[in-house]
Amino acid sequence: MVLNRRNFLAQSVLRSGVLGCSLAASPLITPVSFAAAPWDHRLVVIILRGGMDGLDVVRPTGDPHFAALRPGLTAADVASGADLDLDGFYRLHPALAPLMPLWRSGDLGVVHAVSTPYRDKRSHFEGQDLLEAGTLNVGAAQDGWLNRMLQCVPGVEGETAFALGQMKVLEGAAPVANWHPKANMRISPQTEQLLVHVMEGDPLFEATLNEAISLSAEATDPFFDPEAKGMSGDMSPRLPQYGPLALAAYAAERLRGDTRIAAFSVNGWDTHARQRERLGRRLSDLAEVILTLQARLGAEVWGKTAVVAMTEFGRTARENGSKGTDHGTGGAMLLAGGAVRGGRVFGAWPGLEEGDLYDRRDLLPTADVRSAAAWILRGIAPLTRADLEAKVFPGLDMGEDPGLLS
Amino acid sequence: MYSLLTFSTALAEIRFGYGLSPRTAAPVSVADMLARLSGPDLNARAFPIPDLKAAGALSAERRRLLRAQKAQAGQAGYEAATAAVNAQLKQMNQTRRRWAGQVMLRRIAGQDGFRERLVAFWGDHFTALGKNQALRHWATPYVQTDLRPLVTGRFADLLTAAVMHPLMLHYLDQSRSVGPDSPAAQQLGLGLNENLAREVLELHTLGVDGPYAQQDVRQLAALFTGLGFRVKGRRVFQPNRAQPGAEVVLGQSYGPEPGLAPIRAALEDLARHPATARHLARKLAVHFISDTPPEPLITALETAYLDHDTALFPVYEALLQHPDAWGAQLRNVKPPLDFITSALRALDVGAADLSRLGDKGLRQLFDLPLRALGQTWERPDGPDGWPEEDTAWLTPPGLAIRLRWAMAAPVRLIDQLPDPSSFADTALGPFVEGRLRFAAAAAETRKDGIGLVLMSPAFNRR
Repeated sequence: MVLNRRNFLAQSVLRSGVLGCSLAASPLITPVSFAAAPWDHRLVVIILRGGMDGLDVVRPTGDPHFAALRPGLTAADVASGADLDLDGFYRLHPALAPLMPLWRSGDLGVVHAVSTPYRDKRSHFEGQDLLEAGTLNVGAAQDGWLNRMLQCVPGVEGETAFALGQMKVLEGAAPVANWHPKANMRISPQTEQLLVHVMEGDPLFEATLNEAISLSAEATDPFFDPEAKGMSGDMSPRLPQYGPLALAAYAAERLRGDTRIAAFSVNGWDTHARQRERLGRRLSDLAEVILTLQARLGAEVWGKTAVVAMTEFGRTARENGSKGTDHGTGGAMLLAGGAVRGGRVFGAWPGLEEGDLYDRRDLLPTADVRSAAAWILRGIAPLTRADLEAKVFPGLDMGEDPGLLS
Repeated sequence: MYSLLTFSTALAEIRFGYGLSPRTAAPVSVADMLARLSGPDLNARAFPIPDLKAAGALSAERRRLLRAQKAQAGQAGYEAATAAVNAQLKQMNQTRRRWAGQVMLRRIAGQDGFRERLVAFWGDHFTALGKNQALRHWATPYVQTDLRPLVTGRFADLLTAAVMHPLMLHYLDQSRSVGPDSPAAQQLGLGLNENLAREVLELHTLGVDGPYAQQDVRQLAALFTGLGFRVKGRRVFQPNRAQPGAEVVLGQSYGPEPGLAPIRAALEDLARHPATARHLARKLAVHFISDTPPEPLITALETAYLDHDTALFPVYEALLQHPDAWGAQLRNVKPPLDFITSALRALDVGAADLSRLGDKGLRQLFDLPLRALGQTWERPDGPDGWPEEDTAWLTPPGLAIRLRWAMAAPVRLIDQLPDPSSFADTALGPFVEGRLRFAAAAAETRKDGIGLVLMSPAFNRR
């Protein structure tokens, strides 16, 4: 082959980040080796796009003001006991019932009343940009916090981190693989050479093709190739070829190997109307995603894994006029995995009395969601607090260690 | 005029249309492009798509059949009623696919590429989708029949038509929003929903950096109450759902009598707002020119917009007459759908070729690849439509899936594949580089050669 991984990595250096650690700390400008990964824990970041209603997912039924705010959304479940008691104060949305065994074994946790620093405009798109940039203000960085984290750790390679789909959180100067289970290429060596030749005049296309070629060469899991014979027998039901479940399964295969970080999105949380049905469906999907990760990672790797699901903002404390909720501020972060110290809801509860609400309408965030993310990063990878507060999440005060990991 | 010095026929088709075609005559000047745009809409005539009335009739029929099915529950007629529901659903899906084919034909066989790109641009700017089976097929008539004639008119009129369209009222939950102090609020137990009002300010008009606050969102939402639609496809205004009294949006009072007039007045003012001019000018420049468009170009579009009372034709004129529009370097990466569309155009795929493929072939060659490429037909993730930035589309898996399509699809689309070298000239005109010429000639098979042309950076940019 005309190309090798080294020049594909060298080309990805061209994409520069504005913040972050010195690239000299990474092996990109020295010969690359493909030995062991730089640390052992696994991290899966799931971005829940659309604004997940934390108050409906993890319901503070112990708060005396909650019931009045959500008469149409949760009253029926409270009356029937369809939702699930977590700790006497919070109850879990019934659609997450499949995750209760994880809760009981300490593999599922929640951080409540958190948000990014984003306030007031309540735009999905700005909110997601800020969530993924990890900065204090919108537009302060072009790269994502997960990428800057990679820049701070020595020994990061092209497949240490995988983005499945477009994930700004992983974009930046550090090498990151981006792949999709349907993307295996099947072309003859001659055609491949000609293709490389055709791309040579355009650096961006050339670098992208080189990455595609090397990833395609390794993507040999017959489970993901619908045309290959002999599906792997251990996972009996055939997974969808598209959507979050396919991504979760693909991420798990990678994380069983040298990959340490995977990031993908689960969309559809913007429940302005008919929230009972719509949120329930999304949560069922999310539960399946987490269980797929658990099953496909296997007990040993799952034991070293932290799954972090975060969203751009929570939703209004009061349900709106059409059995839904509008864009809000404080929300919840979900944690799963054997590395998580689950079975508890973290976070300081601000209360739901009108005067306690942010702007008299939203759950008041009592902590920066970046702080929770920073403590998790610190627990899974060799990072200093100084780097986390200055480079990964510039300007963040991580505060006390909440002990999110076991 | 200086712009005529930099005009290029190939760029007119590649940058401002759906690419070069061996069949249709490319524009010969900016004046020619503008004349086509101001002339009769030949593509719509050649490949008709009905309006929302026809779409609404199908929806109403579905509702009727579902009711009939429900009435038969547990009775002898249930099976037959269910079969009728399923048969009609199949018919609706076929209709939707046929309309998708008409949209594709407008783009691949038509002579007015710039109009088609503008229709797609504004359809995306005002993204609206049917969120259930009964309304899913509305998206095509919404853009292609209802918004289409307005894309050369005033933005204020386009905005009003889009925001008050039944599909938009459905998509952004407006039809469920009720004034908190209206008679209906008590009877129905419903209230305000902010969704449409927020997106009108953030996406459709001022832009997220625009000078509005949460209070403006609430007030606009209250002003919109009363807007609703019938499943037959008709918009209605229901005064008993409207919030009584006046609403103040951006310091301007609308009302106090609820109705369509104050809503139209507010949309008119929002359309004329300088922040809207800026937002739209930038978006157009990004869409047609580059992810980082030159500032003078944005200013030119903005000025044309404000000087002409939101009329869009002068904005397009300013775009096409600006030297920055004709930079010889191809920049923006085509989104997957436009990549496939321009491939069909270059391959001279016609109506007969598409119908020969049948449902299964269309699924294999369009629906599934578009889905894998992240651009499922008429299903963007949110009301912000499809991403514009190159990095959203130029990814390793994206390129690999384009490659699979480029190698496999052409041979199934047309009877006889052209010679790869001449196909390169057909598809790219003056943009065929030496490397591509070599590769097209050196390919092992005709199929591979065509695939290489389609995969070239020049073919994937515009």
